[in-house]
Amino acid sequence: MKIEPGLFSRSTLGGDVNKMDIVIFRVAAVFYLASALLYVYYLFRTRERISKRAYLLLTIAFMIHTLALVSRAFVARHLPATNLFESLSLFSWMVAGGYLLLEWRYKIPILGSFVAPLNFLGVLIATLNPQTVRPLPPALKSTWLYIHATTSFLGEVAFALAFVVSSVYLIQERYIRKKRLGGLFQKLPSLGQLDELNYRLLTLGFPFLTLGIITGAIWAQYAWGAYWSWDPKETWSLITWFIYAAILHGRMTVGWRGRRAAILSVVGFGAVLFTFLGVNLLLPGLHSYSSM
Amino acid sequence: MDILVVGLNHRTSPIELREKLAFSQEETQQAYEKFLDHRLVREVMVLSTCNRVEVYSWANTGGEKRILSTLQELKGVRKEELLPVTYVYHGREAVKHIFRVASSLDSMVLGEPQIVGQVKDAFEQAMASEATGVILNQLMKKALSVSKRIRTETGIGESAVSVSYAAVELAKKIFGELDRKKALLVGAGEMAELAAQHLVNQGVAQLVVVNRTFSRAQELAEKLHGEAAPMENLPQELVDADIVITSTGAQEYIITRDMVQRVMRERKMKPMFFIDIAVPRDVDPQVERVENVYAYDIDDLEQVVEENRKRREKEATKAERIVEEEVENFLHWLRSQEVVPVIVSLRNWCDEIRKRELEKTVSRMKLNGEEAKALEALTSAIVNKILHPPLSYMKEAASKGEGEKVARLVKELFALEEKDEHKDRDQRQ
Repeated sequence: MKIEPGLFSRSTLGGDVNKMDIVIFRVAAVFYLASALLYVYYLFRTRERISKRAYLLLTIAFMIHTLALVSRAFVARHLPATNLFESLSLFSWMVAGGYLLLEWRYKIPILGSFVAPLNFLGVLIATLNPQTVRPLPPALKSTWLYIHATTSFLGEVAFALAFVVSSVYLIQERYIRKKRLGGLFQKLPSLGQLDELNYRLLTLGFPFLTLGIITGAIWAQYAWGAYWSWDPKETWSLITWFIYAAILHGRMTVGWRGRRAAILSVVGFGAVLFTFLGVNLLLPGLHSYSSM
Repeated sequence: MDILVVGLNHRTSPIELREKLAFSQEETQQAYEKFLDHRLVREVMVLSTCNRVEVYSWANTGGEKRILSTLQELKGVRKEELLPVTYVYHGREAVKHIFRVASSLDSMVLGEPQIVGQVKDAFEQAMASEATGVILNQLMKKALSVSKRIRTETGIGESAVSVSYAAVELAKKIFGELDRKKALLVGAGEMAELAAQHLVNQGVAQLVVVNRTFSRAQELAEKLHGEAAPMENLPQELVDADIVITSTGAQEYIITRDMVQRVMRERKMKPMFFIDIAVPRDVDPQVERVENVYAYDIDDLEQVVEENRKRREKEATKAERIVEEEVENFLHWLRSQEVVPVIVSLRNWCDEIRKRELEKTVSRMKLNGEEAKALEALTSAIVNKILHPPLSYMKEAASKGEGEKVARLVKELFALEEKDEHKDRDQRQ
């Protein structure tokens, strides 16, 4: 029987690797799960006490996760974003951090009921991937890795949050259009608030995405000797960029707001996900080292 | 002694009788003196609203007759008139009734918020008149906290149960804060005016009134602190309006899909909410197919209200459970009160003896500060150790409901004088 490299198999922890960071990561995962469960419970029993605790658990998970990432960075001696496990782990960490800021700033804990479970899903998928630290291919050793990965991720985190906000918008809008005001209607925020939040997140994410693509091109020039080589990841980033550019442009000129903005934000995040995961898993290209 | 409720409400009596029995503030003041002018009633409070007149009291057996006769005397109603419509509750049932009233479970509109304020005001007045004492103070404080608990833990007051409130609630769910939104009132129906008034109360930035007869629009605009505009300007006014309330007598749609489509393009797709209260309708239901446009007609709103009412009823069963739980807590406290005065006087009595004897010894033996302190500690310890078993016994008995009996026994055993505040007040009067 073939043993799949998975959550608890020893094979994922290579002998030469300091396992510490993975142990810490799993502890963080447990806290992410606890927080997600509490946030979902909050959907049914809307008490401040519950959401406060869920927020606290998420903060703890985030801090433990920080520790895991730092210890991994020490072992690997580079930014932990070079394989799928590392990328997903880093991404979930940033989404958690981003959400903590969002709730702290806007006080809409009900969004956590959607963000926290989705983020835990990301953590879970991360653990299903091989977690070995691999030496960085020489081509990638550059400060540009840090800048390119960080800016791209920041943009994607903002889009991920915008995706959740927009999904909640579409749910709430459906209640109002169908004139069925039961279920979550009372608990979900107003359309106005969600639309505004979606817009802010998009305007926050877009400059980072742009910067990510530019720094990626510069890095590519150093690493591969060409700014742009129409590698699938590059192509898809560009498609993503055009989608978000269109949303923002449409909003400012002809008023793509409300329902349309929400749908487009969901579509845009689909493109982000495909660029992030789909390209790695399905299409061969220069970025494919990060698939395994 | 028992907690007693004597009262009548909208279910038991017609409005004419409730009007006759209603108490104004000054009348309540006088009533308190009358009610307390007798040892039967120790503490009293009157709650008089348009839906109920109720007298809450801490009274001896026979208190209810006394309260009923005082009511007849004060209000000049005959006994035959009063008796069939009044209800009387004792003890547990009385506490439960008071908690239910304060939590709006006994209201005509389930979960309506005014009753809490009315109970609070009545209680404060009674307290200021010194009509209430330890028992009713605790009871009413508890009633108010139960009401608050129910409001936060159940959805009993959550969703709107009138058409105009439901419309405003929807507007808030569409736009969020209303303070930068503009409302447009087309036509001048009564219900539309009410909805517009709610919107103004919720802080809408601007209100424009449009009507076929301009003078009527002006009149209404003045009343609602808005502006008036002639009917011809309607298409232009729509461009700026976020919330549109219509209630004209027009036979065909005055707001059509084409019109809204044009308007939406001009206002860059900013959401619009149409509240159509007119029958026949003023707004073509097809407008809903335009993106970011929401339209509710009177039937939709009434359906929302109906669903909300059902939801409140469901929440009320949760609230009843909370009431049961809190009644139990209160009764536990009440029972412990039967022995508290005796406990206090027994303690004081022992302490007085101890202090007197201690002083004698200290001065006779010319003890220094440190020795006196040691002796003080010694005597306190002896008194506390001796008192511990009887005091626990009394508390135990109280929680079993035998507090009164045991308290009397202890009082006789030690020849104690009860010094609770009821006595004080009786002496004052």
